[in-house]
Amino acid sequence: MIEIKFEITNNEGLHARPASEFSKAAMKYKSDIKVHKNDDEKAFNPKSILSIMSMGAVKGDILKIQITGADEEAAIEDLKAILEGFDK
Amino acid sequence: MEHLLGTGVSKGIAIGSVLIKQEHTSDYKNKSITDVEQEWERFNTARDSAKKQLEELFNQSKQSIGEKEAQIFEAHILIVEDQELAELIKTQIFNQKKNAEWAVHEAAEHFAALLESLGDEYIRERAHDIRDVAARIIRILTGADKHDLPEVDKPCIIAAKDLLPGEMVHISKDKVLGIVTEAGSKTSHTAILAKAMGIPAIVGVAGLLEKLNDSDTVILDEVEGKILINPDSDTLKNYNRKLELLEIKRKELEGFKDKESVTKDGVEVELYGNMASIAELPGLIDNGAMGIGLFRTEFLYTTQTSAPSEEEQFQIYKQTAEKMAGKTVIIRTLDIGGDKEIPYLGLEKEENPFLGCRGIRLCFEKQELWKVQLRALLRASVYGNIQIMLPMISVVEEVRRAKAIMDEIKAELKSEGIEYNDGIEIGVMIETPAAAIIADVIASEVDFFSIGTNDLIQYTTACDRMNPRISYLYSQFNPSVLRLIKHIIDTGHQHGIKVGMCGEAAGDVRLIPLFVGMGLDEFSMNTSALLEAKKTVDQISKQEMQKVVEDVLKLKTAQEIEEYLLSL
Repeated sequence: MIEIKFEITNNEGLHARPASEFSKAAMKYKSDIKVHKNDDEKAFNPKSILSIMSMGAVKGDILKIQITGADEEAAIEDLKAILEGFDK
Repeated sequence: MEHLLGTGVSKGIAIGSVLIKQEHTSDYKNKSITDVEQEWERFNTARDSAKKQLEELFNQSKQSIGEKEAQIFEAHILIVEDQELAELIKTQIFNQKKNAEWAVHEAAEHFAALLESLGDEYIRERAHDIRDVAARIIRILTGADKHDLPEVDKPCIIAAKDLLPGEMVHISKDKVLGIVTEAGSKTSHTAILAKAMGIPAIVGVAGLLEKLNDSDTVILDEVEGKILINPDSDTLKNYNRKLELLEIKRKELEGFKDKESVTKDGVEVELYGNMASIAELPGLIDNGAMGIGLFRTEFLYTTQTSAPSEEEQFQIYKQTAEKMAGKTVIIRTLDIGGDKEIPYLGLEKEENPFLGCRGIRLCFEKQELWKVQLRALLRASVYGNIQIMLPMISVVEEVRRAKAIMDEIKAELKSEGIEYNDGIEIGVMIETPAAAIIADVIASEVDFFSIGTNDLIQYTTACDRMNPRISYLYSQFNPSVLRLIKHIIDTGHQHGIKVGMCGEAAGDVRLIPLFVGMGLDEFSMNTSALLEAKKTVDQISKQEMQKVVEDVLKLKTAQEIEEYLLSL
């Protein structure tokens, strides 16, 4: 399993467009992916656009992304790049 | 024989039997079940069909309506495929032992409520999408989707409360003689798409579905905005004759499609098209539009729940410019005011909206919004011959201020390394008497004029064109207005700039000869007026019309002028 933490610094948070790009990217991987917001116990499923949107991540929230599976390395790189892309 | 009134979308007649589009219901019965596996299978089958329907809608609307409308269906596909939504539906079926319809409804409400509780307005609106998708799946489960759009096997007139873009794409011109709806206005989706497809349509007919039954015979008279229900045989005969005449005229006009627009004495007259939606472009091109004289961009703002983004606008302007392949495309920046309901703009209601903060005045007030549009226009300007037109100018300071803002944006683009056409032409609508009178001052600041006759008449005669009590004042033949138009054209030419016209008068065959005589360079009109205008141009000589201008300017009343022009 790989885990990374990522702070949302974008003023608009993880709003609809980024949420759907993030979700579309996650769907490309076989690995099991979970997202926790601010160390909450509740896990969100990034392969579900509804789950990611309902997370309601705003500026300052810290996302913990856990990936387990054969393509975890590639997945983490990809998702990280997407989040960083939005945070410009 | 009963008749109903509505708003005719263009000019035409349709006679036929009615087919009513039933409002589809997503009602269902709440049932307990025993075979949960079978119920889960039922859901999966319905979900696959829903996905297939949406993919079809996506492809069809992308081709026939546009990228933007298609995106709605793309979003719906993502929801139909959503893992968590399916997971929750499965849990509901297995744990509660209830039917799939109920489970879909419950799961969709769960997510819709979650999204509605969030701060992001865009995400909150996705709650509608979830409910739409759930309703689609439920209709498939109950079999209610079978009568979504009625099967059209013989030519008919479709009557409906409203037609959605997704339903309009199913309508074929050979099978549908006409469309009549309860909802809608001249600028609604249905109206614009019907016009683009060349199908006679009357919208905004109150009480329509109460009065109509399937298979009733109706006559749609678009000119009068009238629907005649089960007409008597004399009326029917009368209208059949009118329809025949229209058909003969249409065939005759077809012959002008490939002709040049030249007067008998060899003067070329530019006939351009007006448009509000990119869906109208193919029709305009087919009818020989030599350019776009007015792209009304308001439609992009009034048909959605938030302002169109820079990228979205850029794509639309770029596509338009590319499709016109180097021909002139005059795009008018946002022209609205306090009389329009655009919730997200939060416009104040005004006592006198037509004398209030509208057109360029509003663009200055909502500068951030306007700058987005200008950026999109400038970026698109490298893909063809885009020209920018400013609406509702009344003093020269407005032109200068607008140009200064445009320069700011050009500098911005330059520093970002984004391409734009530095020499993009900028023109103004001349639609206030103030602007007409100082046309010489304004001409030295711009590249072209376009006369907006509708507002020019309204402001010159101080007459609200919608008020029937003073309708005697509102006339295209008003001598004050015609003198102003002559002044605008002459002044423009003295300063070496092009003068066009994009109001209704530009497509009026009674006035075209007069304006040709005045030397108007470009006439911009709706698709349906183009061929007839070309025919008119073909029959006159500019030299003779110059004499007509002299005569007309000596006449004293609108009525005298109208009668004189009709006698030509």
